[in-house]
Amino acid sequence: MADALVSLRNLSRDFHSRAGLFGERRVLRAVNDVSLDIEQGQVTGVVGESGCGKSTLARLVLRLLDASGGQVTFDGTDLGKLPARRLRKLRQRMQMVFQDPYSAIDPRYSIREALLEPLQVQGIRLARGEAAAKVDKLMDVVGLSRKMAEAYPHQLSGGQKQRIGIARALILQPSFLVLDEPTASLDVSIQAQVINLLEGLKSEYGLTYLFISHDLGLVRYFCDRVVVMYLGRIVEIMPAKNATPRHPYTRTLLDSNFEPDPAKRRVVTRLSGEIPSAFDLPPGCAFAARCPRASDLCRRERPELTSSAPDRSAACHHPIEQQ
Amino acid sequence: MTLLSVRDLSITIGRMQPLDRISFDLAKGEILGVVGESGSGKSLTAMSVMGLLPLIRGRISSGQVLFDGRDLTRLKEKEYRALRGRRIALITQNPMTSLDPVLTVGSQIDQVARLHLGLAPAEAKARSIDLMQQLRIPEAKAVHDQYPHQLSGGMKQRIVIAMALAADPDLIIADEPTTALDVTIQAQIMQILVELVRDRGLALMLITHDMGVVAQTCDRVVVLYAGRVAESNTVADIFAAPQHPYTRALIGCIPREALQPGSLTGIPGMVPNVLDYPAGCRFHPRCALAQPVCAETVPPLAPAEGGLAACHFAGEIAPAKGVRHG
Repeated sequence: MADALVSLRNLSRDFHSRAGLFGERRVLRAVNDVSLDIEQGQVTGVVGESGCGKSTLARLVLRLLDASGGQVTFDGTDLGKLPARRLRKLRQRMQMVFQDPYSAIDPRYSIREALLEPLQVQGIRLARGEAAAKVDKLMDVVGLSRKMAEAYPHQLSGGQKQRIGIARALILQPSFLVLDEPTASLDVSIQAQVINLLEGLKSEYGLTYLFISHDLGLVRYFCDRVVVMYLGRIVEIMPAKNATPRHPYTRTLLDSNFEPDPAKRRVVTRLSGEIPSAFDLPPGCAFAARCPRASDLCRRERPELTSSAPDRSAACHHPIEQQ
Repeated sequence: MTLLSVRDLSITIGRMQPLDRISFDLAKGEILGVVGESGSGKSLTAMSVMGLLPLIRGRISSGQVLFDGRDLTRLKEKEYRALRGRRIALITQNPMTSLDPVLTVGSQIDQVARLHLGLAPAEAKARSIDLMQQLRIPEAKAVHDQYPHQLSGGMKQRIVIAMALAADPDLIIADEPTTALDVTIQAQIMQILVELVRDRGLALMLITHDMGVVAQTCDRVVVLYAGRVAESNTVADIFAAPQHPYTRALIGCIPREALQPGSLTGIPGMVPNVLDYPAGCRFHPRCALAQPVCAETVPPLAPAEGGLAACHFAGEIAPAKGVRHG
């Protein structure tokens, strides 16, 4: 197994709010006691539905948000203890690509200015010729015409903007990219182009990815490993390929996937119920209320994430038997 | 029996002609998938059938929309209004565009039945609650008196479906009804729609960009590209032997566990702008199989493999990668 580039230990993040203007204070634990190793050169996929904490996790990993508890280590450095200046310096090596390419780029910047902005933030000064060469190279790398660098964001399509988002993340030559649903707002045809590009970049520059998505089919295609989250916690970690789920929630996600083959039709899902509110979680397993395998034990005691093999673990009292 | 027959429908909006001779049929008890990328004309097709083009200053320039034998393109707005919501209902992508935030969800369902079927308030309410139960809304009586903001996205979409069903329509047009929802909720809603069609003998026109949803739910498929029909056929044949390279490419875009890394083909470029449609086959600039003739001559929609395809080389295309012959 490869070495961990990024390690998360017991990471948690709380958000506070009130129930109405004068209501009681409430705490929402968006990420709850998450421990995970992101291995060098691998694509780790985090999958889950809205409110599962996957986007909060993405921000915690880069310390764009401060954790309420726990630790993030990047290549041996504890991010939580770094002063702002050193953290900024380290950010050269870890970058993020956001879901919405429309809001990730300042509309007043030309593409060239947007691409060069991270260098300014880092206080890196380039000679004009050097900067131009860098922009040209990046445009080539992400498959856009060099002329497009003079355009403004509103002149670009969604797919082109997402390529710019990727180019901007690459300009500081990072080794680690957090990709937060980078294709969620794109057509499937454009999604395929962007995923192809990301595959190529990874092998060319030896990048490590943390890939956040709601699409288990896409994660199983693109990633090496799947991390499934439900209401702030990891419920299962498994290899992306040739593995069947042990956790009933992962099974449900898989069964909810619409397979593009009319010869393999089935009753899509028997799952009923919805995700409970993250504010007042039940004492036991958070999935118990929707789970066909739930017992009294599940409603009473929360199952810990335990491993059944070196590359897989699940948090379930009654895991699905493997054939 | 054919309920809806769209024949050579073309529309104009200003000097744009975003739909060009669209044709398809939809029978009772059948689900027709209308697929394509953004900008292919899916939603405009729905708006044409609903008679909503005047809202965007568009009009039907030629062709017919035959509904139950009647040509809807000749209807006056007043006549259309009696049809819309009563016999043809629309379900949109975002339930909040269909729901009034200051009225209880139940009263909004009641309204449809009162307006179109002339039911008394108490009758309408009982009927709404019954409908909500059929759509598996838990505690339907209590939910009837709640406001939209108190409900989750999946529940709101069920309310919109209940509103669509309230006047007992024959045709439902669903425009990306589950795109905004989480995957497990998406599966539940699609399951409900499919059961409705089967149990009530409704006709459903399902507009979607998701070939997975099409494969799992539709009977027949129309593939649109840049305002024209690229191909139409039964769902089994469309997936087993796509005749148009665009259909084949769309299927090749879907990520699956079984695919080898790097094998997600994608489609180069993007859907052209409506003011900038290329000559000949509109797909030819993105097509891997394009020949000189494709840039010159518009391929007619002609019979191929039991369906229709608009490609000069239909019948010469190998089946899509990774999809078995079914």
